Amino acid sequence: MSLLEVSALNVDFNTRGGVINAVNSLSFTVERGETLGIVGESGSGKTVCCNALMRLLPIPPATIKGRALFEGVDLLTSSESRLRSIRGRHIGMIFQDPMTALNPFMRIGQQIMEPLQLHYKTPKDLARKRALALLQEVGIDKPEQRMDCYAHELSGGMRQRVMIAMALITEPDLLIADEPTTALDVTTQAQILALLNELQQRRNIAMIFISHDLHVIKQIATRVLVLQKGCMVEQGHCAKVFGAPQHEYTQSLLNAIPKGEKPTRYRHEQALAPNFLTITNASISFAGKPTPHLAVNDVSLSLARGEILGLVGESGCGKTSLAQSVVRLVDLEEGEVKLQNKLVTSLNKKALRLARKDMQMIFQDPFASLNPRMSIFEIIAEPLKLHDLAKTKHSLSEKVLALMCEVGLEANWAHKYPHQFSGGQRQRVAIARAIAVEPQLIIADEPVSALDVTIQAQILKLLLDLCWQYNISMIFISHDLAVVRYVADRIAVMQKGQIVELGNTEALLKNPQHHYTQTLLAARLS
Amino acid sequence: MTATQLKSAHSNTDYDSYSLWREASYRLKKNKMAMLGFWTLLALFVIAACTPWLAPYAYESQNLALGASPPSAQHLLGTDIHGRDLLTRLMYGSRVSLLVGFAATAVSLVIGVLWGTIAGYIGGRIDTVMMRIVDILYALPFMIFIILLMVVFGRSFLLLFLAIGLVEWLTMARIVRAQVLSVRKQEYIDAAIVTGLSHWQIIYRHVMPNILGPVIVYVTLTIPSVILLESFLSFLGLGIQPPQSSWGVLISRGVESMEEYPWLLIFPGLTLSITLFSLNFLGDGLRDALDPRTAKS
Amino acid sequence: MLKFFAARLLQAIPVLFVVITATFFLVHSAPGGPFDAEKTLPAEVLDNLNARYNLDDPLYKQYLSYMGNLVQGDFGPSFRYSNRSVTEMILTGLPITFELALYAMLIALIIGISAGIVASIRPNSAQDYIPMSLAMAGICLPSFLMGPLLVLIFGISLDWLPVSGWGYAPGDKILPAITLGTGYAAYIARLTRGGMIEVMGQDYIRTAKAKGLSTPMIIYRHALRGGLAPVVAFLGPAFAGLLAGSFVVETIFQIPGLGRFYVQAAFNRDYTMILGTTILLSTLIVLFNIVSDILTVWLNPRLTLKD
Repeated sequence: MSLLEVSALNVDFNTRGGVINAVNSLSFTVERGETLGIVGESGSGKTVCCNALMRLLPIPPATIKGRALFEGVDLLTSSESRLRSIRGRHIGMIFQDPMTALNPFMRIGQQIMEPLQLHYKTPKDLARKRALALLQEVGIDKPEQRMDCYAHELSGGMRQRVMIAMALITEPDLLIADEPTTALDVTTQAQILALLNELQQRRNIAMIFISHDLHVIKQIATRVLVLQKGCMVEQGHCAKVFGAPQHEYTQSLLNAIPKGEKPTRYRHEQALAPNFLTITNASISFAGKPTPHLAVNDVSLSLARGEILGLVGESGCGKTSLAQSVVRLVDLEEGEVKLQNKLVTSLNKKALRLARKDMQMIFQDPFASLNPRMSIFEIIAEPLKLHDLAKTKHSLSEKVLALMCEVGLEANWAHKYPHQFSGGQRQRVAIARAIAVEPQLIIADEPVSALDVTIQAQILKLLLDLCWQYNISMIFISHDLAVVRYVADRIAVMQKGQIVELGNTEALLKNPQHHYTQTLLAARLS
Repeated sequence: MTATQLKSAHSNTDYDSYSLWREASYRLKKNKMAMLGFWTLLALFVIAACTPWLAPYAYESQNLALGASPPSAQHLLGTDIHGRDLLTRLMYGSRVSLLVGFAATAVSLVIGVLWGTIAGYIGGRIDTVMMRIVDILYALPFMIFIILLMVVFGRSFLLLFLAIGLVEWLTMARIVRAQVLSVRKQEYIDAAIVTGLSHWQIIYRHVMPNILGPVIVYVTLTIPSVILLESFLSFLGLGIQPPQSSWGVLISRGVESMEEYPWLLIFPGLTLSITLFSLNFLGDGLRDALDPRTAKS
Repeated sequence: MLKFFAARLLQAIPVLFVVITATFFLVHSAPGGPFDAEKTLPAEVLDNLNARYNLDDPLYKQYLSYMGNLVQGDFGPSFRYSNRSVTEMILTGLPITFELALYAMLIALIIGISAGIVASIRPNSAQDYIPMSLAMAGICLPSFLMGPLLVLIFGISLDWLPVSGWGYAPGDKILPAITLGTGYAAYIARLTRGGMIEVMGQDYIRTAKAKGLSTPMIIYRHALRGGLAPVVAFLGPAFAGLLAGSFVVETIFQIPGLGRFYVQAAFNRDYTMILGTTILLSTLIVLFNIVSDILTVWLNPRLTLKD
């Protein structure tokens, strides 16, 4: 008998707009000791499915139907108290964001010991010993001290290790991990994945691992289940599904992963206009305790007209601050930025506002970068009006519609508001706004990292097209080497405020010199 | 994720173009208590505005011989000990109470929004200093100060609403600042800066529309607390001076003779309570309607 | 902790100084003196009175001598009750007002927090609507209406409880404490409900559920601490409000507390009494706000006691 047998699982949400079917007659099994990967894009129902198994969804608006036999007990119909004796005891869970999933008001030691004390009435000193041993096992140094810390005093990776310890302390038979590495940096992600792999094999636990990231699933799962809009489209052994995908959705998912080099037609011929943008000896520091934090430390860069430079690094490495200093969202403490012949860093207010026409920015989060109270038309028209690029009302609306068409938005959407669009569509709006003023330089700060893979590919293609067509230079910030490889002519790797390596994309990736670049590559492209 | 799913469901359904405001008004209209509050208030305003034409008796008219009489056909809500029609006095009192409520709220709105916006938008040291001032003032016993002002400078109508307004702006400033601060962090503000908008344009076009919701909500919740404050002061004899009447004055008179003539307490009290109910329900309803987090269900 | 408390106290000193100074000059800039009411007083009696209370000195001199006395804990003589000093009157009134405020606060906290929690467990159900409608009624029935109504019902119609005094007859403290407390109970119930609903929607509550905790345990162990944060932050303003509310309640129930003294002093233009009570109440409120701040920080490990 399988450890977990799910059959005909159905989850509906009652909303004002009608009933939304989040999970549609889903059936699968999990065997002891195996890892089942569930993969799908946002809205595919993968998280809903696992929360439904544990009955963690609010009912109503949710309704759950079907059967989920866990060691002979139907999780979906068992009594609340029966279910509680399974939760946390036989089934452990790990969530996506350990910062919010840990109680900020409780010391982490207490939180780790809680399941043990709850389910086994373990005395405090014994529970503490077990927690300490487990913390050591999940790779936390000085566990004695960490026990008394609060969640905010730990780093992201450590928090996730704490979550794992908390889920494992009762030695469950099944572990459900919901995007456990998505909120982490690539190198940390690799460590956590390795840890989960190792723990799972040593303790022979079964695991359901949810992710939107095919790479991650490939690394950890034995079998994989592909979800699309609440329906299973394919399931099977990892090697088989990834090697020879049967369903076209799986194929499109796999094809969407940017792989390989930048398409040759978009490649930039060097030295057309070198030193189009130059950054010299840039330093930025932020006030902090006890000493100011040096976010960017003496960085120099240059960019040719039409060139795309990939700026790579983990969170907190200073890549965003550096890029923002180019458009003067952040002021440099030292150094200068020169765009063609203009010294951007010393422009006065008025001149700067005019100069902004030449340099635009695209942001990471398409839900935050559009004013929710403005229609799409108003958003795209604003820069045109401001820089006097449309003389009449008629030409204004013509231009806006042309821009919308260019980025692949339908003209009759012009009077809709941002919240009516999906992430990819919103990012298209942001791109239209950026190219409206015909800029020469675009700063793109993680423009695709909040998007699903299939959407990612479309947006990257659009950006490449536009840059190539209008000869726009771009600084493309990303933590994802695969993405950067696909768009960038050159790559700059940043660590702790400094550029540790800079070179032509292919040369740099094939033969990384700096050990940090090597770690990044090892973590990502394994 | 359910939220994302719902969002995509929204965008899949082909609604007519609609804004967040229309969405909010739809939700508000579905809230029965809030709508009841809204219509009650509207009726109250109309009555208060048209009092000189609607009131059954002239304000000064009295029938000393009648004295305090219980509700009757001639005097729907009865008369007070001086033989004055209670309904008439209540209607004129409403004018005063509502006017104080709105005028003082308007004072607090202007100061609070200006103060909060400047502090929140500029940020840094200026913000720290400005909010520190608010914190300090906040810790002061303002009720005592209003009483002090009324005692020292006489109980004038103008002073009353100025004093109340000068106190109530503190919370408004805090709310506005918190809102501006969170809007300021949004990427669309950065996007607006990069587009080349000046700071005033950004405040006007991008910040203001996005903080309007909470401000409206707080205004609807400030009005009842101001009305309450005025009644409180008048009850103590430190607010509106007779012969002018307000709800507080009437209630205070009613309490004096509540054993013999309970209607003199009940009707003014009821009017005040109904007004407060309406304003609070409307405010709550507006808050729920404008809060994007409740937009899900 | 102690350092933080000391720092906040030090910060409070200039604030209080400004308050005292402002109040002093405000009161003394008032048109008309304390003895104006007695129009029949002959000129020389008036002069004598003014001389006795140093009212004929230049204002700065009066101010300096007042501040000097204040530092020694002397609020000066009452203008109205010539045989009693302000300090004396404050000392008789303060404990009464304090006791009243304390009972009211206890009522408000116990009723408010439990009603708020009950309502937050199932939002938008009868379990939510009933306590919250009552809370709304509590907010919309201000103390100056609630008090007389309670007196009418329990004092006069049913004749269960005495309707005036403080500690003269058994049970005479019940109605005033309830009158003062209910409004704040209602407010605290709303705050608790809001805070709890917010916290119960957090991810870490889902984590606790996934660990197998029951709802009461989740509330007690994981949600309360965060959910009550708004209530704790409200304690300072609530205390200030209770003191102000005591003006009304003490007037209605004829309780010889500080609030009643203050209102009377305001009518009588009893300057020293007004000054004294204002200073005292301000100090208390400023102190209580500090306590409320400290509690807020103490409850939330993410905040530090640095300022």
